[in-house]
Amino acid sequence: MVSTTAPTVSPPVEAARGLPRWLRLVRAWPLLPMLILVPLILVALCADVIAPYDPIQPVPGAKIYAPPFWMPGGSMHALLGTDFQGRDILSRLLFGARVSLIVGVMGTLVAGSLGAALGILAGYLGGWVDQVIMRVTDAWLALPALVFAIFLATMLGPSMWNIIIILGLVYWTRYARVIRGEVLSLREREFVKLAEIAGARRWRVIRRHILPNVLNTTMILASLTIGVVIIAEASLSFLGVGVPPPQPAWGSMLAEARSTLMAGKWWLTVWPGLCILLVVLATQLFGDWLRVRLDPQLRNL
Amino acid sequence: MPPLLQVSDLQTSFFTFGGTRVVKAVDGVSFSLHAGETLGLVGESGCGKTTTCLSLVGLLPPAARIVGGRIDFVGEDLTQKPPGEMRHIRGRDIAMILQDPMASLNPLFSIYTQVAEPAYYHQGLRGRSLRQRVQELLRAVRIPSPELRMRDYPHQMSGGMRQRIVGAIALAGGPKLIIADEPTTNLDVTIQAQYLDLLKDIQQETGVAIIFVTHNLGIVARMCDKLAVMYAGKLVEQGAVRDLFNAPKHPYTKALLGSIPKLGSKEPLYAIPGQPPNLANLPAGCAFHPRCAYAMPRCTTHEPRELRFGTDWTVRCWLVDQADKEPYGSATA
Amino acid sequence: MAAPLLEVQGLQKYFPVHMGLFLRRQIAWVKAVDGVDFAIAPGETLGLIGESGCGKTTTSKLILLQEQPTAGTIRFDGEDIFTLQGQGLLRYRREVQVVFQDPYSSLSPRMRVGDIIAEPLEIHTTLSRHALQERVAHVLELVGLQPDVAPLFPHEFSGGQRQRIAIARALATNTRLIVLDEPVSALDVSIRAQIMNQLEHLQQTLGVSYLFIGHDLATVAHISHRIAVMYLGQIAELADSLELCAHPLHPYTQALFTAALPSHPDEKRQKLALSGEVPSALNPPSGCRFHPRCPHAMPHCAHEAPVPKEVAPQHTVACHLY
Repeated sequence: MVSTTAPTVSPPVEAARGLPRWLRLVRAWPLLPMLILVPLILVALCADVIAPYDPIQPVPGAKIYAPPFWMPGGSMHALLGTDFQGRDILSRLLFGARVSLIVGVMGTLVAGSLGAALGILAGYLGGWVDQVIMRVTDAWLALPALVFAIFLATMLGPSMWNIIIILGLVYWTRYARVIRGEVLSLREREFVKLAEIAGARRWRVIRRHILPNVLNTTMILASLTIGVVIIAEASLSFLGVGVPPPQPAWGSMLAEARSTLMAGKWWLTVWPGLCILLVVLATQLFGDWLRVRLDPQLRNL
Repeated sequence: MPPLLQVSDLQTSFFTFGGTRVVKAVDGVSFSLHAGETLGLVGESGCGKTTTCLSLVGLLPPAARIVGGRIDFVGEDLTQKPPGEMRHIRGRDIAMILQDPMASLNPLFSIYTQVAEPAYYHQGLRGRSLRQRVQELLRAVRIPSPELRMRDYPHQMSGGMRQRIVGAIALAGGPKLIIADEPTTNLDVTIQAQYLDLLKDIQQETGVAIIFVTHNLGIVARMCDKLAVMYAGKLVEQGAVRDLFNAPKHPYTKALLGSIPKLGSKEPLYAIPGQPPNLANLPAGCAFHPRCAYAMPRCTTHEPRELRFGTDWTVRCWLVDQADKEPYGSATA
Repeated sequence: MAAPLLEVQGLQKYFPVHMGLFLRRQIAWVKAVDGVDFAIAPGETLGLIGESGCGKTTTSKLILLQEQPTAGTIRFDGEDIFTLQGQGLLRYRREVQVVFQDPYSSLSPRMRVGDIIAEPLEIHTTLSRHALQERVAHVLELVGLQPDVAPLFPHEFSGGQRQRIAIARALATNTRLIVLDEPVSALDVSIRAQIMNQLEHLQQTLGVSYLFIGHDLATVAHISHRIAVMYLGQIAELADSLELCAHPLHPYTQALFTAALPSHPDEKRQKLALSGEVPSALNPPSGCRFHPRCPHAMPHCAHEAPVPKEVAPQHTVACHLY
């Protein structure tokens, strides 16, 4: 016999070329969203400590309509300027963050829980339960979201908790639709059938098999809708039916300053507007990252 | 007669995660094939047989590249061909039949359009002669009433018929080599038998060479002249089918043959212990040694070299490599 | 046979086909299962073989109570399973389990393996946590896995290992019958033998019965004691496994044997005499359903459906040739 290749000792595992380790770790995290959201959350938590002034009291010794500190007429006492009552814009922004975040997160939580629960029931139980829930969803969707929210707000009266519930009631439908679709396909998966064949009751199947497998989708949907809810809250506040004054909220700050925009006092609207923009952008990007990480199949969501 | 296809030390690797991970899917594969011959390429999932075939036709996914070796087809080295030329070779000289006929056929186009396409591009047929060629091809794959059926669409046909259409498309360009990658896995047993008979008949009529990729040794026993067994990206044994079935030299080949149930026998099956290896994380030395009943200390540290017995039989195994012993009679290089 | 564990008699399942836009009239039936009789003894493996459209999947669904029959009975331990309720139904669900073909979708992806196996026990028993863990460990060993894999998730296992987990789950309660629906078809060749051997070993140790559904004759014949060959919703032939391999009587069975792949290149094979494809169950041929494709068809095969006849001990054929 003749050897056709020279004998070899096993070569060492090929050294991996490419990015250094720290860079790979960095790329794994959603940097931009975190850069915006983490400080925001910290700020919202520690607003009492960080904010230079009480947001609802005028700054002692400052003029009203004072511009930011780098413009003529501004001072280091009120870094981003003051509003029509002489209240510090910066402090109001910091406290407003709290409102936006709480309403955004809690509102999404309410919407998500309600929507997911209905979606699971409709998808798994099928039959008339499915029909009823779906028709209700359809009808609900036909209502213009914001108008409906305003209607409910004027009925229930303004307060932060009312707003949270209202936004939850307005935005649950998108969850219900998507989750129902997921459940319909999950229901046919073999492991669900196996549980049914083993004699599991429906509640058990929902709790142990359906629910954990829709959590991914729910989380992704939630992160994508936080932005919508925050904007909705800002809109409600802007229209005067959101969080009541004098509690600072970015939307109501916009509303109060609307008349002054043309008068050249840009800092009253730009700062809260920028904040809303950044938060919504950050949550959307985070939701995107989450979607790609958690479930490649949902990339077209 | 020189072989139609001569693959020498082919190496194909996958580059993933931005180039940080390199996986050798095909690691030094060599075999040859003559016109009219059928080679069975056997191995389990992840052994590299499909990657080998994709390397031959230049259809590797973007993450993979041929990194070494030669593919000599009708005297030309395919590894050196630019994509434009490979496109001409594909369909005209080398054709492929894949596993899922529904995925191979475009649901929006009629059977006629799809079968005519290779003949249109590679042989320049038009009009009446093209129609005749299509009917000829459909008849060759035994589709009844081809003049009527060629107006049909894929969804109007059964699985077995669709796979025949795929065969007709493969034949349309007049290929010298057909690579069939598990074409009968999704077909019923009797339909499979009809299809294999058909392939055999076509081979006898046209002299086309076939590479049959499968994990089913029964198909190899039925269809193939030569058998090549792959494991973890390497060819562990290859040779004439009868030789390997009668007296396999490599323990993996032996184990595979012993693990198949034989009709009408209740003999216990030999179960190969362990799992097929992960190409990204191969054991040192011979990749099969953790599962081998004959493993020796040498197998855990050194990869066996390829040895040749006679003209066609090669094996990679320390068990048969007795370098210190006298070589056999007049073995040719 | 002495008191069979499972007895199927005259089983029929017709699926209605509707047409029409508004008033959906029902115009036809898909006769998926049309008169099937067989029995499985305790500790026995019955192989069910046939090609697509033969009704083997529908039969298994009926046995697993996933469908209601159009006619016929299935008795388990003498009781009609379609009339079971309450405790009786729970008992049936405890004693009859299934293993599916695809190991990748049979296991709940977000549950730990130990919990997956313990689930039937949680449903049917009130064992303590500790007792559950012991039972899970015991069953994992029975299928050849280490007990300490219980906290892991399914995606950390290979296909063959997942199938073992699925089998372990099927055995967790004191199962007496497991329906195995192509359990090894999706596995690598080298793993198939492992699972087949494991299944046989389990049957010898525990005395559990199997209904082994498959399409590969050699595999089914190897593990089964008796085999039922199905064609278009009916049983063409039912016999002892070795007897069937030695003397296949029904022309369809003979065709299956001819079509079966050889195990050696020198094995002599006749050319397949079977032509055409399996007709649809929507409009099955009259008389004997196989007659249009049968090389031995006689004039009256088209008019009269053959009745299953026992032509040899434990060997039944439904064919006019006998």
